[in-house]
Amino acid sequence: MLPQTADYMRLLPEIVLTVFGMIVMVMDAAAEGRGEGRSRGRSIGRIKDRRIEKILGAVALVGSLAAITATFVQAQYPGFAFWNMVQVDSFSVFFHFLVAAVTAVVILTSFEYMEVQQIRAGEYYALILFGAAGMSLMSSAVELVLVFIALEISSISTYVLAGFRRRAAISSESSVKYFLLGSFATAFFLYGVALMFGATGSTNIATIGDVLRSGQIPLLAYAGVALMFVGLGFKVAAAPFHIWTPDVYEGAPSPVVGFMSTAPKAAVFAVLLRIMFEAHAPGRIGLIWVVAALSMTIGNLGALVQDNIKRLLAYSSIAHAGYLLVAYAALPDNGIPAAMFYTASYAAMNVGAFAVVSHFGSAGERYVTLGDYSGLGRRSPLLAATLTIFLLSLIGIPITGGFFAKFYVFSAALQANLVGLVIVGVLNSAVGAYYYLRIIVVMYMREPQQEVPVARIPVGLGFALAISLVTTIYLGVLPGRVLEYASRTATAWMR
Amino acid sequence: MTTALDSTILSLIAFIPLAGALLLLIMPRRDREARWLALGVSIVAFLASLHLPVHLVRSQAGFQFEINRQWISNPNIHYHMGVDGISMWLVVLTTFLTPLCVLISWKSINDRVKEFFIILLVLETALIGVFTALDLFLFYFFWEATLIPMALLIGMYGHGRKVYAAVKFFLYTMIASMFMLAAILWLYAKTGTFDFGSVQAAIRSGQLEGFAAAAPWLFLGFFIAFAVKVPLFPFHTWLPDAHVEAPTAGSVLLAGVLLKMGTYGMLRFNLGLFPEQSRGNAPWIMVLALIGIIYGALVAMVQPNLKKLIAYSSISHLGFVVLGIFSFTQAGLDGATFVMLAHGVSTGALFMLAGILYERRHTYEIAEFGGLAAPMPVYATFFLFIMLASVGLPLLNGFIGEFLVLSGAFRARALYGVLGATGVIWSACYLLWMYQRVFFGKVTHEVNLTLADLDGSERAALWPTAIVALVMGVAPLVWLNAIDPAVRSALSPFTQLASKVVGR
Repeated sequence: MLPQTADYMRLLPEIVLTVFGMIVMVMDAAAEGRGEGRSRGRSIGRIKDRRIEKILGAVALVGSLAAITATFVQAQYPGFAFWNMVQVDSFSVFFHFLVAAVTAVVILTSFEYMEVQQIRAGEYYALILFGAAGMSLMSSAVELVLVFIALEISSISTYVLAGFRRRAAISSESSVKYFLLGSFATAFFLYGVALMFGATGSTNIATIGDVLRSGQIPLLAYAGVALMFVGLGFKVAAAPFHIWTPDVYEGAPSPVVGFMSTAPKAAVFAVLLRIMFEAHAPGRIGLIWVVAALSMTIGNLGALVQDNIKRLLAYSSIAHAGYLLVAYAALPDNGIPAAMFYTASYAAMNVGAFAVVSHFGSAGERYVTLGDYSGLGRRSPLLAATLTIFLLSLIGIPITGGFFAKFYVFSAALQANLVGLVIVGVLNSAVGAYYYLRIIVVMYMREPQQEVPVARIPVGLGFALAISLVTTIYLGVLPGRVLEYASRTATAWMR
Repeated sequence: MTTALDSTILSLIAFIPLAGALLLLIMPRRDREARWLALGVSIVAFLASLHLPVHLVRSQAGFQFEINRQWISNPNIHYHMGVDGISMWLVVLTTFLTPLCVLISWKSINDRVKEFFIILLVLETALIGVFTALDLFLFYFFWEATLIPMALLIGMYGHGRKVYAAVKFFLYTMIASMFMLAAILWLYAKTGTFDFGSVQAAIRSGQLEGFAAAAPWLFLGFFIAFAVKVPLFPFHTWLPDAHVEAPTAGSVLLAGVLLKMGTYGMLRFNLGLFPEQSRGNAPWIMVLALIGIIYGALVAMVQPNLKKLIAYSSISHLGFVVLGIFSFTQAGLDGATFVMLAHGVSTGALFMLAGILYERRHTYEIAEFGGLAAPMPVYATFFLFIMLASVGLPLLNGFIGEFLVLSGAFRARALYGVLGATGVIWSACYLLWMYQRVFFGKVTHEVNLTLADLDGSERAALWPTAIVALVMGVAPLVWLNAIDPAVRSALSPFTQLASKVVGR
């Protein structure tokens, strides 16, 4: 059977992202060829470069916005596509939208960053779009082999993106580290898929679920789940597979960190939801219990002693992966919506926080220690207030999305009688409050030790911050609609 | 009486300050305008809040001016507000003190003025929300929302070890309130509602699964959050630090209103939801309250620092409130509520007075002063008046409440009454002795001779407190006739309980 029109419609966001990624690449190459021939003076060439980059960025932005629109088209065609390898349901639409929105915000943040860091950026935007295509595909893939391919598409783009500050050794280090450990982890995932195939005779998630539900669970399936979890746990920076995170986050360009700490994570969490709940993974609760408790504890304790804000946020993202995983140990009918809500609100606040970090870092990312942030409340009240709200959301203070995210996750866990895990989580939130608070304290209550310049906030970044801020507060004041959407998805699934 | 206004008045009072804060945010930053705008907004909020005592139906016990709308469907959270005779006065206390805080900060805050008033107004909204929320979730929401502005006030505008004090304050109260959140979540999981009335009804019906086993822990969960806020001995260590380093307006709101959140919470939630556990735990709580009364007073006596002295006197006075609440007598609870209000007015004023002195000399050390009555006669008179009100001189506001609390405590257990009564003596000792050292005798430091007396905005801030202190002392019934029915309904499960125990 040949693919029908509907099949393509169900893959529309991925197609849009890929096409725009190609356009950006081709335009970049074409512009480079012409630029060399014409520009004689270096300065004129640079100005030309700048203009070309702006255009490329704008094309990429249009691409991400088109992808957001495409998710609405895609939502009109629920069902399977391409020989049951892709499933479009409200669940995958949710993550498509999330990934595309994060991509748009990151591209908005990157305009200024690329200019300040003086990085030639043609392929940068293309890579972000290709990565986003992979992540989108991950959330709708219901065939483990396709999941693997999508995972690789997304990972390879992020490996390259991490090394984009070419002049900084630390960035190359970050890229290589991420690449080596990342490929190792994907190998684990692939091995897990193979074992799963051996255990159940299928690589289709729904079929695996049917097999595992129907009869006795073969021992091999446990090993398969564990190995797949190692691979995916690495991608979401869950302990004990988190070692790479601080180094990679420290070295990679800040907007990229904002990107890779949210979008790929959201996609992998989506895959994990399908594997854990739809494929009826055996040994789920025990596995998650340990990993969630470890991630929360290691992340929070590690963050306590950090002075570099990017490292601090890296450890914080490990901790948040832990909180999120708590939902995976809960019952499906409230664990799934809780996890979806958490992914969305975490994406909003973390992308926002990294947008501030990338703006404030200025040329060469010089200002990234806590000391540099002292007195920010006085020098740039708006930027400081924005970051404060993201941090409060990360702590989980009411009226921010972070609060309801934690609230739903923990109450889902309570309903599954995971009292111990909730206690670990609550204690960890208390520890977490301390280090986020340190940043706020430094910004408002310490006088600056040296003169740190703060540039004006450009339009693109302003939009990026506004979108993240509005989303964070919207999720904190009126979480009802998003949660209802997520719950409907869960009930549709569990039918 | 317009019914339309009755259902919206609480939202109006609560959100006028927030609207003012937003207005300040978008205004160009001119310090003078920010001050006037903040003053105007806080006065409007105060005038709006006067609607409550005027229109409250005193003969009616339950909550009035209620508004109940669904906010979030899952979890089932309602925007449910309402006041009874107790919380109504706490709302009015908040709106009464805020304009005075603006006035007292008129000259003393010169740096980041706009931000200061924004934070102050946001804090006011959160405080009013705490006293009016009738949905457990909404309550928790406002409870936590008070935390950030207060911590910012201390940390940004305080002096000395301000950062240490702010972080300590934040962590203490934040961690304690997590226990409350856990208890609230348990109740929600079992009852499916956050509504105070529904939860109360579910508990009283006795049908709640697993409640008997969980109740002691739930009681403690709420109690710890409140005890830290009060603060009850031994959870009090954050208070002196926070007070000493806080700016004057911060201290006024902290002592005047924030501490009452704790005692109000005990009254409303511990007594309201867990009457049996309250009864069972009352002995040790009353002992802690007594320790607080006496310990706070003794430590206050030896404080060389004026502001620390007032801070410890707060611990002592709030001990009276807790003692009154857990005496489960009409007089005790009436008195406790009255002490809350009286302490808010007079200690608020004492902190303003201390702040005025600090602005002139940049120190709170009592040893740095002496003989101030000569260069600052008006100031000395105000100080004397407020101090006497705080000591509990009859015909001023401090007396009525403490008298009622003690008579309630006597009825509960004579020894508690006796020990509590020594607290009154101690407070006379430390306050009068402090007054003597600061105002009488010779001027020992040359610089003190040149100190200016009160100026216009300072007088404007102090006069209302002095007048209210006097009126509360002379005509306490204005307050008590609203408090009384609310207390009676709060006590109704206890009178049943008592009759069961005694067999009457």
